[in-house]
Amino acid sequence: MIPACRLADLPRGEAHRLDIEPPVSVFHTDDGELFAIDDTCTHQDASLADGWLEGCEVECPLHASKFDLRTGAVDAPPAKLPVRTHEVVVEDGMVHVRLSADAPNLPPCISARLAGGAA
Amino acid sequence: MRTVAVVGASLAGLSAARSLRQRGYDGRLVVIGEESHRPYDRPPLSKEFLAGTIGEADLALERDDEELHAEWLLGARATGLDRTARAIRLADGREVRADGVVIATGAAARTLPGAEGLAGVHVLRTLDDARALRDDLARGGRLVVIGGGFVGAEVASTAYALGLDVTVIEAAPTPLAGPLGETMGAVVSALHTDHGVRLLCGVGVKGLSGERQVEAVLLEDGRSVPADTVVVGVGARPCVDWLEGSGITLDNGVKCGADGRTSLAGVVAVGDCANWYDPHTGTHRRVEHWTGALERPAAAVAALLAHGATEPGVPRAPYFWSDQYGVKIQFVGQAAGADSVTVEEGSTDDRSFLAVYRRAGRQVAVLGMNQPRLFTRARKQFGTAAS
Ligand SMILES: Cc1cc2nc3c(=O)[nH]c(=O)nc-3n(C[C@H](O)[C@H](O)[C@H](O)COP(=O)(O)OP(=O)(O)OC[C@H]3O[C@@H](n4cnc5c(N)ncnc54)[C@H](O)[C@@H]3O)c2cc1C
Ligand code: FES
Repeated sequence: MIPACRLADLPRGEAHRLDIEPPVSVFHTDDGELFAIDDTCTHQDASLADGWLEGCEVECPLHASKFDLRTGAVDAPPAKLPVRTHEVVVEDGMVHVRLSADAPNLPPCISARLAGGAA
Repeated sequence: MRTVAVVGASLAGLSAARSLRQRGYDGRLVVIGEESHRPYDRPPLSKEFLAGTIGEADLALERDDEELHAEWLLGARATGLDRTARAIRLADGREVRADGVVIATGAAARTLPGAEGLAGVHVLRTLDDARALRDDLARGGRLVVIGGGFVGAEVASTAYALGLDVTVIEAAPTPLAGPLGETMGAVVSALHTDHGVRLLCGVGVKGLSGERQVEAVLLEDGRSVPADTVVVGVGARPCVDWLEGSGITLDNGVKCGADGRTSLAGVVAVGDCANWYDPHTGTHRRVEHWTGALERPAAAVAALLAHGATEPGVPRAPYFWSDQYGVKIQFVGQAAGADSVTVEEGSTDDRSFLAVYRRAGRQVAVLGMNQPRLFTRARKQFGTAAS
């Protein structure tokens, strides 16, 4: 489990980005629910924490793809692949994230950069 | 309605086809496209695809599991619309009868007279254009971009990152003054000079020199700029020639209402070819941006299926983005007619700011450079403030 931030520091309607590789963001919805998903849009290199949170959906700040925070599913294009979702655990006022074991769906421009870096 | 034909198989056409199915239309759906490709995304053609960081498969607009139950007639150019027979004529002589028609034929790159047949000279609109340009850029050397608009600026930025020696030539005194205004046009186009890319403004192009391969761009002031590759980025014209004589009203594209309804019943127009009525400004405008081509077909399809019995809603303010030299540029609204522009966050020197355009004290546009978070919030508020 990775500690993210104190719950008191994450107001409703806001997101907190964890700068791990790949980055993950925790969203606190207006209804008080907490969700964690991969922070990078699956379309291109945008941070979903910079996006627009509405209900259980986040809209990407660049080209307005929408992702369902509960499932990671794409609700509106251009993104074609879902983001991963991660488990959120709150203990003693601290928000933690338990990372998914699935492979992330990184956008092609980032996959290419990572592949280039590894070669 | 038993058959709907969508003419133009790109972003706006695909979006219309999706909307038809989402709204429960279960009749025959025919999508006619001149290019042989399935719908693909154009913005990366001047950015990631040209840079070689993404491939052709990544450009696909459709999801792998997407099934629209449409007949795709690709590599098929529409040459006419017969309003009485309700038929679309194709270049190969075929005819598609349809009781509903969505016109989504987009725009084509303008060219320079006299550039034909000279190797090394390119325009950039299609995947085929992008492949050819990418091959030429791979040889390195000197690139001259004619036109400092968004597509030209993005090509310059990509070619700079690929290590080419780049010059941009712009006829107007300030590039991007049309879409961004003089002040911000100057700020954004300074990205070229920030990176050592030459920017020549206020000078027209007289012609190109070279026997079979382009060698130089000749300027009206007598200068000659040596070039191995030239990109002509002087805008686009709507692809509506095929509608001449059909009886549909054409005026800088297909003239239509806020919801895409044209002068012919059962025919709507969407995307870059549509010159739609904007209730915000009280004028018709043809907006060549990706987001409009994606979003506006929903209203047009609703109007088509309701046989025009819908009230056109108020369209969202036009939004576009551009990526240049690693800087994200985002814009919403309309700069023309603004009487002031103020930087409200960040600073133009840092190329990281939010600027608000106003007319008589009312916000009419917002520009962001490298501020996706603030811009997104401003854009959401813009929607409510402007209505
Ligand atoms: C290089 C480039 C970069 C861009 N970057 C950005 C960006 O960063 N941000 C942004 O907001 N916008 C950008 N745009 C603009 C955006 O791509 C367009 O607004 C969008 O593609 C419009 O979609 P459309 O479907 O209306 O038209 P188009 O994409 O032009 O598609 C029209 C289709 O119709 C077909 N067609 C034409 N005539 C006929 C006919 N007679 N019969 C059958 N088919 C026909 C054409 O072959 C074409 O496939 C960019 C455009 C280009 C070219
Ligand atoms: S980067 Fe998210 S929609 Fe394009």
